[in-house]
Amino acid sequence: MEFLSDIASLINSTLRISTPLVFAAMAGIFAERSGVIDFSLEGKMLMAAFVAAVGSYYLGNPWLGLLLAIIVCVCLSMLHGFASVTHKGDQVVSCVAINILIIGLTTALAAAWFGQAGLTPTLNEDQRFLEIHLPFADALRDIPVIGTLYSDILSGHYVFVYLAYLSVPLVFWIVFKTSFGLRLRAVGENPSAVDTAGINVFTMRYKALAINGVLIAFAGAHLSTAVNANFFREMSAGRGYLALAAMIFGKWHPKTALIACLLFGFTDALQIRLQGVELPAIGEIPVQLIQALPYILTVVLLAGFVGKAIAPNAIGQPYIKER
Amino acid sequence: MSNIVVDKSKVPWWVSNVIVPLVNLTLALLVSGLFVFIAGENPIEAVKLIIYGSFGYIQGFAYTLYYTTNFIFTGLAFAVAFHCRLFNIGGEGQAYIGGLGVFLVAINLSFLPVPIVWLLAIFGAFLFGAAWAYIPAYLQSKRGSHVVITTIMFNFIASSLMIFLLVDVIRDTNQMAPHTVKLPEEIWLPSFEAFSGILGIKIRYSPLNLTFLLAIASLFFVWFLVWKTKWGYEMRAVGHNTQAAIYAGISPHKNIIIAMCISGGLAGLLGVNEILGVSHKIQAGFPAGYGFTGIAVALMGRNHPIGILPAAFLFGILYQGGSEVTFEMPNITRYMFVAVQGLIILFSGALENLFRPQIESFFVRRLNREVNA
Repeated sequence: MEFLSDIASLINSTLRISTPLVFAAMAGIFAERSGVIDFSLEGKMLMAAFVAAVGSYYLGNPWLGLLLAIIVCVCLSMLHGFASVTHKGDQVVSCVAINILIIGLTTALAAAWFGQAGLTPTLNEDQRFLEIHLPFADALRDIPVIGTLYSDILSGHYVFVYLAYLSVPLVFWIVFKTSFGLRLRAVGENPSAVDTAGINVFTMRYKALAINGVLIAFAGAHLSTAVNANFFREMSAGRGYLALAAMIFGKWHPKTALIACLLFGFTDALQIRLQGVELPAIGEIPVQLIQALPYILTVVLLAGFVGKAIAPNAIGQPYIKER
Repeated sequence: MSNIVVDKSKVPWWVSNVIVPLVNLTLALLVSGLFVFIAGENPIEAVKLIIYGSFGYIQGFAYTLYYTTNFIFTGLAFAVAFHCRLFNIGGEGQAYIGGLGVFLVAINLSFLPVPIVWLLAIFGAFLFGAAWAYIPAYLQSKRGSHVVITTIMFNFIASSLMIFLLVDVIRDTNQMAPHTVKLPEEIWLPSFEAFSGILGIKIRYSPLNLTFLLAIASLFFVWFLVWKTKWGYEMRAVGHNTQAAIYAGISPHKNIIIAMCISGGLAGLLGVNEILGVSHKIQAGFPAGYGFTGIAVALMGRNHPIGILPAAFLFGILYQGGSEVTFEMPNITRYMFVAVQGLIILFSGALENLFRPQIESFFVRRLNREVNA
């Protein structure tokens, strides 16, 4: 039973740790399927974390904090669109600019408003999201297997965890089953054909970026108002890039991207478990090397043991209406 | 807005290469001023402090040139890769590993004559930095793994690796803090103090050292390499149009690898300045964001050595003057200057076409009028 509960808690933390990655990967799918590279997921996630934490601290309600984070992230997405869609600037440069700007700005403002450490004040129970205990979780706990599955794995997560996994089928439905999704994918594959059909390429890309901003805001709010009770410097810690790698590994498809996100989450959960553990034959692995595991995995996945990733055809190219 | 069509051949070079970048820089600095205001400080006062801190006294100016040295290396690093259309965001990690190269060479070969130790240490820095860039380069050219993600991941991995080495392997065991022992004093690079007597000025301490000249030499090296050699031509051809390059018999694979390795090597040279010149030991996290600043330096300098020199100097001013600001203004931390970098990348990189058509057509019309008159 010891072993079973270990596995249960490992799965439980995998689900929790993967949550921001899932939101970010879904956000990335919208941008990149429309032909706009989005390396700025990292920066937007960090900004959302900052805005959500500050917002719910002053407004006293985490949902209002989330709303503010959504507004700010959509604005950042629009900035990315303004630079790379309207003014045809380099998409990667625009993303790098946003990421560096946000790393600096969030910490600088946190330090200016709340003291030199660059932390926002700790949120109390009213100002943050709490774990949701599903009905009958306690009553069912003692039933073997089902009890573990329901009470220890499914129950007791933050609202974002449930929303993240619900967003995957929703994104799948929008991208692959609606006419909006068809246009979105077409804009990323062959924008001039879409233009000929009378659909505005620029508007489509802006719409995709707006959805991208909404989704990434959830990832940031999860970090600062649910799993943590404040914002701290560079708290996104490369998750935006991990999510992007997961999306590429998942071939720009929600279902496979989800699997890749879970793989990252599992590695991270395992990484926390492995710290300080003596492994047979190898001995104790230095903690720094274990912490590098998700990053090494990212490189390995991108190197692709499953064949070369094929990106949307028009990705990274600004659309020029008349040549 | 973008409907203005300008005949590029009629635009004088100084309009596109001087006026437009200056306008973009001004916009970035204006928005930065707004952020300083939001943080609760007076932007005009901040500018005064920056100018005083970087030019106002000889030691401050020496610091400005010391920072400039670092930014020349990381700016050139980004620029070389960019000419092959590769975004080397990994300057930070390559500089970190480059520092390891400097240290290992210098500590193990310190019995050799001093100038030879210096040369070998410079070579070590270049080699280690290049090696750290090699894997992302290989994965980009062979597997199509986007170099932005892999180089960022290699920054994280370099940081973990170096902290592991500093804590468990090469730590100075007499100290608690994670750093190595100091290199023997006779192989330190001469600092500015040593020369200040000849120049007739007295200075107590400055981190400026002989590496500054290496940075200037690197500017010439990159200019020669990229614009004056066959390889530089091939690399730019791959960057401009890979298909055409393949058709002309140029191998993209080879050029991607070489471009990234030279880029990583240049970033690695930062280790020469930091370890052989200033701190004489490896400290945890010594690249301190210089690698990322190199992106802004290169984009502002339009990826050309002639532009990178003033851009690196400007960032030297911002860093040194910035430390004066953070000292005097409690509400401003050094992160404010990270945000300023972001704004400069945004306005002189991504939004470089914001006002370009208007400015260019303005000057073209004026020049036409003069010709007709």
